[in-house]
Amino acid sequence: MSAARVGVITFPGSLDDHDAARAVGRAGAVAVPLWHGDRDLRGVDAVVLPGGFSYGDYLRCGAIARFAPVMAELVPAARAGLPVLGICNGFQILCEAQLLPGALTRNSGLRFISRDVRVRIENTATPWTLSYAPGQELTLVLKSGEGAYVADAATLAGLEERGQVLARYVGASPNGSAAGIAGIRSQSGSIVGLMPHPEHAIDALTGPGDDGLGFFTSALRSLAAA
Amino acid sequence: MTGTQSPQTPSLQDTVARAAGTPDRPQPYSELGLTTEEYARIAGMLGRRPTDAELAIYSVMWSEHCSYKSSRVHLRQFAEKAPRTAALLAGIGQNAGVVDIGQGYAVTFKLESHNHPSYVEPFQGAATGVGGIVRDILAMGARPVAVMDALRFGPADAPDTRRVLPGVVGGISFYGNCLGLPNIGGELAFDPCYAGNPLVNALCLGVMRHEDLKLAAATGPGNAVVLVGAKTGPDGIGGASVLASASFGGGAEGSKRPSVQVGDPFKEKLLIECCLELYAAGLVLGIQDLGAAGVACATTELAAGGGAGVGMRVRLDAVPLRDASLGPAEILMSESQERMMAIVEPAGLERFLSICAKWDVEATVIGEVTGTGRLEMSWHGDVVVDIPPRSAADEGPLYHRPASRPPGQQELQNDDPSRLARADTGDELRKTILAVLGSADAADKSWVTEQYDHYVRGETVLAMPQDAGLIRIDEHTSLGVALAVDGNGRYCLLDPYAGTQLALAEAYRNVAATGARPLAVTNCLNFGSPEDPGVMWQFTEAVRGLADACLALGVPVTGGNVSFYNQTTDAAIHPTPIVGVLGVHDDVSKRLAIGFGRPDCGVVLLGRGEAEFGGSLWAHVAHRHIGGRPPAVDLDAERDLAAVLAAAAARGLLAAAHDLSDGGLAIALAECCLAGGQGCAVRLPGDPFTSLFGESAARAVVAVVPGAEAEFAALCSAHGVPAAELGVTGGGTLEVVDCFTIPLDELAAAHRGTLPALFG
Repeated sequence: MSAARVGVITFPGSLDDHDAARAVGRAGAVAVPLWHGDRDLRGVDAVVLPGGFSYGDYLRCGAIARFAPVMAELVPAARAGLPVLGICNGFQILCEAQLLPGALTRNSGLRFISRDVRVRIENTATPWTLSYAPGQELTLVLKSGEGAYVADAATLAGLEERGQVLARYVGASPNGSAAGIAGIRSQSGSIVGLMPHPEHAIDALTGPGDDGLGFFTSALRSLAAA
Repeated sequence: MTGTQSPQTPSLQDTVARAAGTPDRPQPYSELGLTTEEYARIAGMLGRRPTDAELAIYSVMWSEHCSYKSSRVHLRQFAEKAPRTAALLAGIGQNAGVVDIGQGYAVTFKLESHNHPSYVEPFQGAATGVGGIVRDILAMGARPVAVMDALRFGPADAPDTRRVLPGVVGGISFYGNCLGLPNIGGELAFDPCYAGNPLVNALCLGVMRHEDLKLAAATGPGNAVVLVGAKTGPDGIGGASVLASASFGGGAEGSKRPSVQVGDPFKEKLLIECCLELYAAGLVLGIQDLGAAGVACATTELAAGGGAGVGMRVRLDAVPLRDASLGPAEILMSESQERMMAIVEPAGLERFLSICAKWDVEATVIGEVTGTGRLEMSWHGDVVVDIPPRSAADEGPLYHRPASRPPGQQELQNDDPSRLARADTGDELRKTILAVLGSADAADKSWVTEQYDHYVRGETVLAMPQDAGLIRIDEHTSLGVALAVDGNGRYCLLDPYAGTQLALAEAYRNVAATGARPLAVTNCLNFGSPEDPGVMWQFTEAVRGLADACLALGVPVTGGNVSFYNQTTDAAIHPTPIVGVLGVHDDVSKRLAIGFGRPDCGVVLLGRGEAEFGGSLWAHVAHRHIGGRPPAVDLDAERDLAAVLAAAAARGLLAAAHDLSDGGLAIALAECCLAGGQGCAVRLPGDPFTSLFGESAARAVVAVVPGAEAEFAALCSAHGVPAAELGVTGGGTLEVVDCFTIPLDELAAAHRGTLPALFG
């Protein structure tokens, strides 16, 4: 079987597209660059929306990116089951595109936070987390100014009930996220949004370790099994 | 012609023809910062009075900031005394120096100040400081890959510092993070002399292949001059409003214009990616960033850089404007951000413009290269500028300003800190460590550095609080570049010659402490007014010290920046040269970090310590005292120490290494323990107070891998580096045997609590 092809979308202002592509490659898949202006997913098997400041984060984080031509292809494909991982700004875009519920707002401390954080994997029934054990703790990199997850009480209760909380910060939430939420999944599980960056934690030389690689190897295993 | 029309009718413009016919019309040259002699010199060069637009060009190009008119005669020493090296691909005079690091790669790096704007408007001032230095690096043909910054503020607890510091840090964070450049280190210090004159020095590092090098030169008559990036608006043109009102009979609108530029990092990110794609496509013959003096600077420098006979014809009315009321002088002086100027062959123009369109970057042909040797500019058909470009770019005035040792200098040096009360008992020493470690200068800087992304791009091997930042070139080579910036205003006040050498030595040592081979130097020289002979003496001593020390250490100065007039009325800042040193790692996996991360390693102090307390952190924190002489400079010892560290790192003998600087061994040991999580138990080699707080240079503390003790000792002795075994790593305390013990939790609380308590 030929290697899985994972698309990484570059929006104007995407910054971690290079890192995401590297993580995809490190996991053994082929990273396929996708351009915001093309209505074309190039037949990829999964998609990563990387971190950064798409369109300068003007108006609201992710609010302009959701209208990019590539999103017109991505949204229906994701609803049809294409595995999608949105990291940081990518998570914000998924919320703006209403592929995931809730929103990401200003950190409670009102400052950008860049630090290593411990997160606990709460749900492994997704194509992005099946390599992890339930309850496993990871060290990932948080770097965001608007990383506080918010949703109304009913939505939060629904997320908890249906096991859609994917990952939580261990200990006090660094940014004021509701229920310490660091990441969530869609009801189907194929769409995942994550505030901390797994792609910066794939190598102890340049990151806090390689705990994040599992997100990308999970995708590969899940695609191989499909 | 663009759709924007000036409401000022062209006939009102001060044209070349009109200037020739009205030799006696008064012009506001002194409001623009030119002296009567300088104005006369311009008229002499042109054979007539300058037009208003020409006057705008000369006033900014001959400003201290652009022309280095007070410093240039001294800065020549950096070239004259430069050590012989084959590593320099481009040196002083270019936008930034370019250094060969092997395997076909080169790096370019430069430090630049944005001090004054950062005081007026801390957030935007600092943000655009980052943006400006990044464009300098981009203009060399390199991909910018990291930033650093050296910051100075007034007292940490002063109300104005609470305005300036969070704004500056926020601005650096906003701009750098949004550009996707890891911030890998820097330094931060406080002193009352910087109240009202904060220092914001930003460094950018870029990486390229040798063949990618670009120069700021216009070549080939008929080639297009293309302005790329943001529209031009009324940013930073306070000076030009003088011209507007003088020329056009008043109008108060000029005075309302902002004099601090506003940055748009998103636009700059697109500009970076766009330029790199243009370079890769081979479509750029020459390029210059637009920073201070905007279009005036870019056109004159590109034309002058093209060599004899090269000229340029520019249509100023073709410049895309954000404010249609701008006239030619204002367009020339505008410091609107996120702009570059490129020289493009007509055959490549269509492709050039289509790549710009892909990145949503505006690009406009505003003129062409000529063979006339003249820089000619028109405004709706009228010729408003016609000058030899070199007269503005290279032939500005040069001043030999008077310099004399300030009257109080001797008294300052005589005021030796040996008279100050010192801690004596174990308990007093313990308290002193906690006080110094918790002082704003030595305190943990996470409050600042946690606002900076240091992970983006995935090549950061070391970042703060390490001795130096370390960037891997890419994952297919093991090459890496280490960078450190250092400066010590207290040492420089006491002795600017030695103090500047100590700044170089510290940055050199910091780079070496990661195991890198130091290779090249950049600098940002922050001083008071050059019109004060005492300040000028400090400056000349600093330059001489740096040039001499670079020669002794075999590391050339590749470029730099001078910032004068850092003073409020009569009070100048301490002379504060910031020196950046770049070093190379052949294998980044062998890098050394500062943390004691494993137990049972031998703790060894390298170098020779004396009772040197002049300008020390201890004297500053414990007594608010500054006097005496700074530590002795021993560049041979620095070189030997660096050689030991590089060899020990390459052979894998060390588990940690940390240079000794402010606060001496006490602070170094505390930082090693806190960074790695392991304590240590040590015996001091001599008098406890001197051992702990003396600031002798050319020293480092290392943790030796168990089993490597003999080999390491032999290495030290082969290089003649004194090595004193102090103890071992391990446990949860910093213990000085028979003296005191401090649990790491207590140490951490003292170190980490200070900045959050001050800044929230």
